[in-house]
Amino acid sequence: MSDQRHGPVDPASAAGWTDNQPRKGFFTDTSICIGCKACEVACKEWNGVPEDGLNLLGSSYDNTGALGASTWRHVAFIEQPANTAVSSAGPVSLGMPSSVLPGAGSDGESRTDFRWLMSSDVCKHCTSAACLDVCPTGSLFRTEFGTVVVQEDICNGCGYCVPACPFGVIDRRIGEQGTKNVGIAQKCTLCYDRLGAGQTPACAQACPTESIQYGDLDELRDRAHGRVEQLHAAGVPQARLYLDDPADGIGGGGALFLLLDEPEVYGLPPDPVATTRDLPQMWKNAGMAALGLLAAAAAAFAGGRR
Amino acid sequence: MAECHPVGFQWVMEAKARGAKVIHIDPRFTRTSAVADTHVPLRAGSDIAFLGGIVNYILTNEKYFKEYVLAYTNAATLLREDFVDVDELDGVFSGYDPQTGTYDTESWRYEGQDDIAAAGQRDAPKSQSESEESQGARGAGHELGGHGAAMDHSHVIRDDTLQHPRTVFQVLKRHYARYTPELVQEVCGVPPELFEQVCEAVTANSGRERTTAWVYSVGWTHHTVGVQYIRGSAIIQLLLGNIGRPGGGILALRGHASIQGSTDIPTLFNLLPGYLPMPKVDQHDTLDDYLQTVSSKQQKGFWTAADTYMVSLLKSYWGDAATEENDFAFDYLPKLTGDHGTYQTVMDMLEDKVEGYFLLGQNPAVGSAHGKMQRLGMAHLKWLVVRDLNMIESATFWKDSPEIETGELATTDIATEVFFFPAASHVEKDGTFTQTQRVLQWHHKAVEPPGDCRSELHFFYHLGRKLRERLAESTLERDRPLQDLTWDYPVDKMGDPSAEAVLAEINGKHLTGEKANQPLSSYTEMKADGSTSGGCWIYTGVYADGVNQSARRKPGREQNWVAPEWGWAWPANRRTLYNRASADPDGKPWSERKAYVWWDADQHKWTGHDIPDFVVDKAPSYRPEPGTPGPEGLAGDDPFIMQADGKAWLFAPAGLLDGPLPSHYEPHESPVSNPLYRQQANPTRQVFRRPDNFSNPSGGEPGVELYPYVFTTYRLTEHHTAGGMSRWLPYLAELQPEFFCEISPELARERKLEHLGWATIITARTAIEARVMVTDRVVPLRVGGRVIHQIGLPYHWGVGGSALTKGDSANDLFGVTLDPNVHIQESKVASCDIQPGRRPTGPALIAFVAAHRARAGITIQTGNEQRTPPSVGDDDHDNRGEQPGAGR
Repeated sequence: MSDQRHGPVDPASAAGWTDNQPRKGFFTDTSICIGCKACEVACKEWNGVPEDGLNLLGSSYDNTGALGASTWRHVAFIEQPANTAVSSAGPVSLGMPSSVLPGAGSDGESRTDFRWLMSSDVCKHCTSAACLDVCPTGSLFRTEFGTVVVQEDICNGCGYCVPACPFGVIDRRIGEQGTKNVGIAQKCTLCYDRLGAGQTPACAQACPTESIQYGDLDELRDRAHGRVEQLHAAGVPQARLYLDDPADGIGGGGALFLLLDEPEVYGLPPDPVATTRDLPQMWKNAGMAALGLLAAAAAAFAGGRR
Repeated sequence: MAECHPVGFQWVMEAKARGAKVIHIDPRFTRTSAVADTHVPLRAGSDIAFLGGIVNYILTNEKYFKEYVLAYTNAATLLREDFVDVDELDGVFSGYDPQTGTYDTESWRYEGQDDIAAAGQRDAPKSQSESEESQGARGAGHELGGHGAAMDHSHVIRDDTLQHPRTVFQVLKRHYARYTPELVQEVCGVPPELFEQVCEAVTANSGRERTTAWVYSVGWTHHTVGVQYIRGSAIIQLLLGNIGRPGGGILALRGHASIQGSTDIPTLFNLLPGYLPMPKVDQHDTLDDYLQTVSSKQQKGFWTAADTYMVSLLKSYWGDAATEENDFAFDYLPKLTGDHGTYQTVMDMLEDKVEGYFLLGQNPAVGSAHGKMQRLGMAHLKWLVVRDLNMIESATFWKDSPEIETGELATTDIATEVFFFPAASHVEKDGTFTQTQRVLQWHHKAVEPPGDCRSELHFFYHLGRKLRERLAESTLERDRPLQDLTWDYPVDKMGDPSAEAVLAEINGKHLTGEKANQPLSSYTEMKADGSTSGGCWIYTGVYADGVNQSARRKPGREQNWVAPEWGWAWPANRRTLYNRASADPDGKPWSERKAYVWWDADQHKWTGHDIPDFVVDKAPSYRPEPGTPGPEGLAGDDPFIMQADGKAWLFAPAGLLDGPLPSHYEPHESPVSNPLYRQQANPTRQVFRRPDNFSNPSGGEPGVELYPYVFTTYRLTEHHTAGGMSRWLPYLAELQPEFFCEISPELARERKLEHLGWATIITARTAIEARVMVTDRVVPLRVGGRVIHQIGLPYHWGVGGSALTKGDSANDLFGVTLDPNVHIQESKVASCDIQPGRRPTGPALIAFVAAHRARAGITIQTGNEQRTPPSVGDDDHDNRGEQPGAGR
């Protein structure tokens, strides 16, 4: 089996598939997301993901919070003063979450432009998928569609994958005894079962505005670039793509995003790196160091003989 | 729209992607605002001022579509000399009677209409002699859902130069002259620059080459002036030529998938199918009496054929038992004795006048205004049938309503027998949805309903069957209507009647002659001699050729862009009503870009992309003899074929009970004084001065400062109305798990409210508690020189029941005050107080609300004077408008 860690172009063939399909993925265009959360509900309905808490979070209209074992799609809601500047010298407000209560510092009379950003987040199905690299049981595997899927009957709940994910996507399900797949690592499967039947994943199927688009990744990437150009031409210079670059730290995402602000604003890491990317180098360095130590020790002995 | 109709909103997003500009006018910053080009926050309940401002902008800057306005509206029609506008009468139109709070609408009629009627015209419709008070009692405005009001005859006096001071055009101009950008700012809190932006966008996008659509929802209708809001937008659309043309129109987004259907085939007390009015006791002893109310045979248009619609309806109800000899069983119809609207019915329940109540997918304990009155009323019933998907609050009020906690109700004292029937959902039954464009779309049963769940059709069919079995031997006259009812639908093995058979019955058929038993293909085939039947004339054609036309699903790419083969639209599968107006008076499209239907001179007929909404071979140049009634009386350039004069009404000479032109009135409860005139709120709004229905003080009344804030209610995407379809579902409940109020940071500071803390919201009726959501999405508005704070309340939650998420009900805050035309409650705006912390519980809650009321000095008169009294020491005002018909 070939090494997947360094971002091969086609992860499915790299994983040993010979009759693989064109790589499938998502393109989430947040500029047309209306925050209806149909994706969250459709995902849970299709995949039998349990409800995970009736908690008012006070985080705008987001009461889901984050991706996790029982949340495979998560719509973020960001309320912010409109950020119309593309870039400027000096520090730029990233609209990062703060510890100040919403609105506590603002003044109605001075408020002018206001933005409410919505974005549906999901597993990125990384080209270099650290979760998969660290899985000791082979429960996590690369499908013929190039996606990354957990096999719940193989996962032993060791949890190595959880800290390995640079996005905090995968998690072990917590719940009462008897809850489906409790203790097992869970995340978006890109509806592996639906893909096998030639169907569109549930979230993309339910999305009313086609903010979530599903298809061949190469085509989606082209479409995404076209959409950014279109938005730039329409006077939305803040539009940018996220995870579209195969040269990035995860070898490019199997899920791409069009964002209207810095990734941090949406709670996404700006420059994600597969946590296993540097492992070979680290081992090499460690080995070199060990060799060096051995050599030094040997030299010491050799020197001692003198 | 994105908030409540996310699926339909995809088309707005697509239009936006193609370059459309989306403007969102809403007190609240919603998911629609988030993706709109412009969001215009305004004070809840100030929309007439906003719309009137646009009318003034259009007229002042001569932005109206001159040819369209002149040819297709009543702009050139002359009004009578005794019509007096609100500005001269301090806020009421001529004809106001302060004793009854109603108008004598005589002086609003066209010049010349009175002469002939006074001369004893043979067929003068009786509606003209019915008192306005009595019209109000039966909610007469509703009956006009499908057409304009009746007129004596079609003869009008015109001044095509539009210069005569009594033309509708000049009256309109004077009426709206005061609605300047400054006034808009003062009333609505919208800055002039932002308002100007809207005016420019709307007018620039209207005319020959372009059209603009207005889309509204219950944010416009749930007001004491709700009908006038819609009228306001109608005036704008007519002035700009945006009616009857592609991309134009005024679209009502409904609260449910088939609310349009439920007015077409109504669940309203005052309507029969197809907008035929319910007959009235004493006034409609015979079919002939009744038909004369519906339409004068002397007026223009298709309502003159109402006899064929009505007789066909009676034939579909009673079949062979309906004969010419017995007036087609007209006597079998129940007749109205007065107001039997939902709020009057609840008040009747409290007086033990109502024995039983059916609730079908309705949760009044949560969804209706003044929830407490609803729950207390239901406790007086002998029996209550609740058919719903879940055990909703209206089914369990007798054991866990808020009134049990306060001690106002005790379970042991309630004798109401509640029957709960689990209902089948829409995927578990066949049927149609009729949406806002009047398109019927068939849905097929996907799965059998689980357990005991059954469809409404199943329930009512078998209820009727059992009642008929019980009464089969009866010889009582009163049981004849049930005994003679046609009730012969085929049933499947589950006992479910065939929904398609019902659709066929609605469509109607020939009863005699060569075509006997064949379905009708158009309502024009209906006869008044009993040879046809049809359950809803406007739906005739939905089963043409014996084919369920509503089940057609031909993809858009396989047909023209109007997509006539997707579902079926009433009437006659027309996708755009009054589409004759999409062509100029000569029958040519206004522009190539907006070509829709046009006159084909070679073939001598109307043709185009849609089915022409006009007599198909009537040439544009056709002119009838003046005064010719009926469809024959329509000229070749009269596109509004259901109107009594063939024209669209900028000014409504009849049919409305609260004014011929929209004029700004404050909401029933408002901390703001009406800056236009002395009259504060709609002078004809229906008020109920009762000790269980107190109102907050408004405007200049003493105690107004104790209820200083404006609140509005609304829906969230995650829930459905009163929650019966969402609060029981974990996947939806977890997305919005708790009742909250949305407030601005400024109000939070003013009232020391903390994000995620608790707030108590107080009105004269009750106090409720909500978690606090502080957000920049709520903006304080500068209105009339001061800052007005608005509070937003989603109304999905209720107390009691077995829902996964519960909370106080926002609708409990409202009292009952109604629009006079259609009896709709004002439940989108009222005033309130807000305080930090949780509300008192138990009997202490009642004392708390009463104490607040006492501090404000509230009595049952407070806020309930229909005609605002002149303020003390204000000599500028006199009582000029008080005498009916007072003139210049």
